[in-house]
Amino acid sequence: MHVAAVFLPLIAAFIAGFFGRWIGDRGAQLVTCLALVAAAVLGAIVFWSVAIVGHARTIDLLTWIDAGDLRVRWALRYDTLSAVMVAAVTLVSAMVHIYSVGYMAHDKSVPRFMSYLSLFTFFMLMLVTADNFVQLFFGWEGVGLMSYLLIGFWYDRPSANAAAIKAFIVNRIGDFGFALGIFAVYLIFGSLQFDTVFAAAPDVAHNTIPFLGHQVDAITVTCILLFIGAMGKSAQLGLHTWLPDAMEGPTPVSALIHAATMVTAGVFMLARLSPLFEYSPTALAVVVVIGGSTAMFAATIGMAQNDIKRVIAYSTCSQLGYMFFAAGVSAYGAAIFHLVTHAFFKALLFLAAGSVIHAMSGEQDMRKMGGLRTLIPATYLLMWVGSLALAGIWPFAGYYSKDVIIEAAWASGTGVGHYAYWLGVFAAFLTAFYSWRLIFLTFHGKPRASKEVMAHVHESPPVMILPLLVLAAGALFAGMAGYHWFVGEGRDAFWGDSILVLPGHDNLAGAETVPFWAAKLPLAMGLGGIFVAWIAYVVETGIPALTARWLRPVYLLFLNKWYFDELYDAIIVRPAMWLGIRLWKDGDGAVIDGLGPDGFAKVTRGMAAVLSRFQTGYLYHYVFAMFVGAVVLVSWYVLRQAG
Amino acid sequence: MTAAPDFLPVLPEMFLGASGMVLLIVGAYAGARAIRAVTWLAVLALAATAAILLYPAWTAGVTRQVSLFGMFVTDGLGVFTQTLVIIGSLLSLLIAMRFNEREGIARFEFPVLVLIATAGMMMMIAANDLIALYLGLELQSLALYVLAAFARDDVRSTEAGLKYFVLGAVASGMLLFGASMVYGFAGTTSFDGLAKLFAGGGAAGVGLITGIVFISVGLAFKVSAVPFHMWTPDVYEGAPTPVTAFFSIAPKIAALTLFLRVMLQPFGGLFGDWQQIIWAISVASMAWGAFAAIAQRNIKRLMAYSSIGHVGYALIGLAAGTAAGVRGVLVYIAIYLFMNVGTFAGILCMRRNGKMVEGIDDLAGLSRTHPALALALAIFMFSLAGIPPLAGFFGKLYVFMAAIDAGLPVLAVIGVLTSVVGAYYYLRIVKLMYFDEAQGAFDRPFGGEVAAVLLVCAVAILFFIAWPGPLLNGADAVAATLFPG
Repeated sequence: MHVAAVFLPLIAAFIAGFFGRWIGDRGAQLVTCLALVAAAVLGAIVFWSVAIVGHARTIDLLTWIDAGDLRVRWALRYDTLSAVMVAAVTLVSAMVHIYSVGYMAHDKSVPRFMSYLSLFTFFMLMLVTADNFVQLFFGWEGVGLMSYLLIGFWYDRPSANAAAIKAFIVNRIGDFGFALGIFAVYLIFGSLQFDTVFAAAPDVAHNTIPFLGHQVDAITVTCILLFIGAMGKSAQLGLHTWLPDAMEGPTPVSALIHAATMVTAGVFMLARLSPLFEYSPTALAVVVVIGGSTAMFAATIGMAQNDIKRVIAYSTCSQLGYMFFAAGVSAYGAAIFHLVTHAFFKALLFLAAGSVIHAMSGEQDMRKMGGLRTLIPATYLLMWVGSLALAGIWPFAGYYSKDVIIEAAWASGTGVGHYAYWLGVFAAFLTAFYSWRLIFLTFHGKPRASKEVMAHVHESPPVMILPLLVLAAGALFAGMAGYHWFVGEGRDAFWGDSILVLPGHDNLAGAETVPFWAAKLPLAMGLGGIFVAWIAYVVETGIPALTARWLRPVYLLFLNKWYFDELYDAIIVRPAMWLGIRLWKDGDGAVIDGLGPDGFAKVTRGMAAVLSRFQTGYLYHYVFAMFVGAVVLVSWYVLRQAG
Repeated sequence: MTAAPDFLPVLPEMFLGASGMVLLIVGAYAGARAIRAVTWLAVLALAATAAILLYPAWTAGVTRQVSLFGMFVTDGLGVFTQTLVIIGSLLSLLIAMRFNEREGIARFEFPVLVLIATAGMMMMIAANDLIALYLGLELQSLALYVLAAFARDDVRSTEAGLKYFVLGAVASGMLLFGASMVYGFAGTTSFDGLAKLFAGGGAAGVGLITGIVFISVGLAFKVSAVPFHMWTPDVYEGAPTPVTAFFSIAPKIAALTLFLRVMLQPFGGLFGDWQQIIWAISVASMAWGAFAAIAQRNIKRLMAYSSIGHVGYALIGLAAGTAAGVRGVLVYIAIYLFMNVGTFAGILCMRRNGKMVEGIDDLAGLSRTHPALALALAIFMFSLAGIPPLAGFFGKLYVFMAAIDAGLPVLAVIGVLTSVVGAYYYLRIVKLMYFDEAQGAFDRPFGGEVAAVLLVCAVAILFFIAWPGPLLNGADAVAATLFPG
């Protein structure tokens, strides 16, 4: 059962991928959806038995690497942490699969798509059930690969290919840090097995290793390297640029990437490696600063975007920031809690946005929408549910998970904790603002689309709405249901050994004692955000344009995403391109090809022409050649003898 | 000395010569209607000769035996290469039969001339004296001159015959000149006597050296090694295709064997002197064969350069001057025999609208019109290029290994490099056959004999790797006898 939950998606992907031609679109959809629903059911059962009942276990599959001191197993590690992840991933993924049946109905390569989705899910499951660093890395890379394939799914679009390559390369940078981190772990601990490493962590807490010529704290440098990997995968500030571009993929892919299978990997890793991070306050502080900054930074960009999916994408980026600073203040439970609730409402928001796009015949620009409220009421309603959850309004899921994060940041009492608290609070305001900006622009006001498009607006088919209902239920109740276990009284029993929080770091306990105003400020900010959005986009619709004109530099900064892409383009991409082109044209083309293959070929052909000119056809030339040959040979002999 | 035991070792040669004469009489009396019968009888005669040759070797083993007053020698080297020559002649006769009929040049003299030439080659191989060497050489050469001009109404064929004759005569003259110099300075024409003379390893005088050089020039002409190769492309192109096939195989094997024997036995003591000559000839042949072939548009000319290159590779083994080198040469020529017969059998199928075509471009798209033929040719081309796991690779491998073991790494490296260049034109043919726009189909049928030869050769080349033992062991044993101790 534990094994099946992980491997069913792989089998389905295999069948749909290799036999899609024979089983057809229907067959591929059926196989993958059934497998994923089964996996989700199994995932729920596993969650029950492992997390609630407490039967944590590790299932050995086989030995993978056995070379000298390096021994790596294939094993499925099922503790509360991975059980939570498996349950969430399979459930959300199953919903995305079902939704895709409707959304991708008119695509010409359905089996490939379904197969990729299932494989994507498999790699994520592999990642979360990893028992050692190498297996984690395997899942990690597999997820990266699948994101590349899915973002570039419509490979005939140049923009999709560019986005796919961007995602892959930016992730590579993070993966490089991750790989270095794994090397550091092996260097320090001599093992890559989680249990061994975690058990040894306290003993090496203050050891130092040489790094770039300096003696540095071993665990800190390891943790920061590993965190760079997490930053890449979870799109944190600096390595976030791929995430918004990833919108080029089909919408279900966006939902899957953002909600369940990819960006959460970084948060998961931090929770999984909590026994390491706990021994490095420096690394944790870095995590807090990066997380808090990302939460704020992405929210500011989200305010100014016009593409409906981009707004949601930046909101993901921002919410991931929350999760990171939660982990940074040792509130790993809160981070995972938010991860799970976020998985529900973010998948809901994306799929609802997909439903809007579907209704608008592929239009994604919110400036060309408006007035859809009455035309697609079910989507409208679902969008509200998702947005309320995202903005953290009681009693939706986001309220529970986000508030506890912000409270924990306050409770940590450190400078970076307060930095994160204030940024988080302000980001909550922005989150609410851009969410309702999205709702008002899309569903309220007069239609701004052409008549033809408006005439075609229609509610999505049941196969697309049904998964949304399931996710909406999650967005509504997951917070209430999970609060006790994830972050409330029952948390110690619930998490067991899967997460380590050192005694002085238990900020979740402190979260219950924060002042009333500090605890309720995020909620107030959320409501305020909604109110401001209502004023600006419903009551007095001239305000946004006016503000944009007054604060033009700021507006442009947000609209252009703080010029990160331009900056990277100028300092990395263009020099690299220049170098690449020079090496290609001058280095490879002129020197290596010119002197190598092309040069040889030219010389060879020239030689052939010269040699064939000797073949005159005249007898006396031939005889002459023979005599010359004979004379040369005799001379050679004689000279040799003489000399 | 009684005559009977002395004649027994030369029985195969005598039988073959006698068969040739008998068939000549049969043909002369029976006329045109017996051409087929005479051809099949010639094939039979060759098979019988092989049987006579191999029976004593099979039953009693081969021991070195000198007969006819020191003129002839029977040894492992002789039996091995004579067998190859007979196989080559036999296969050439088989593929020639239909061709001659279709081209209207079917005459009973053809098989007879092949028999006589083969007898000459066997004598060359068995020669143990400069006189015997010359007699054998001339016997085969005279027959070959006629064969080159066999399509006597065809200008190109007669031109080829005439050129071959004139140049061959010059080469024979040089060889004779060299032989007379050797006799003049050494006082003997017997290989054994010469070997004894040079065994001490002492320096040879200028006169003797000149003699040896001229003898090697004559032999180099016969194997068409650079710079004595000039006749090859013209003769190969002009002669009727089956004759070209025959030229490229049987005389090459015979002449190479003779080259080996002359250099290693009578002049073996002067190894240090002639090694560099062979080295230079080998390099020149490999390079010339590889580069000049690239410019060719006619497949027969291409095969001429190919054979020049292959002689260069075979001579690597001689330059090594070791048992491993000789083994390499023997393996090489055996494999070369099958690759070449097969290729020429394929070329014989190149007939469109009742006319032979010889352009390389005429092979374009062959894989679609004649997939089996294209596959067979592709196998031969890959093998000629020396690509594993085909037989041609092993041929090259053994001579290169021998060269490296003998301390001639440069020679091996040059060999590898030129075979890269050579691969270009072999593979171009494969590319033409498989990737280019199809020309019209060739005329059918190709004839059962040609198809059978193609099949046998392709199988031999393809599956040599599976069963290399007999050839390798045979060549090993033969090479060992040349280097006692």
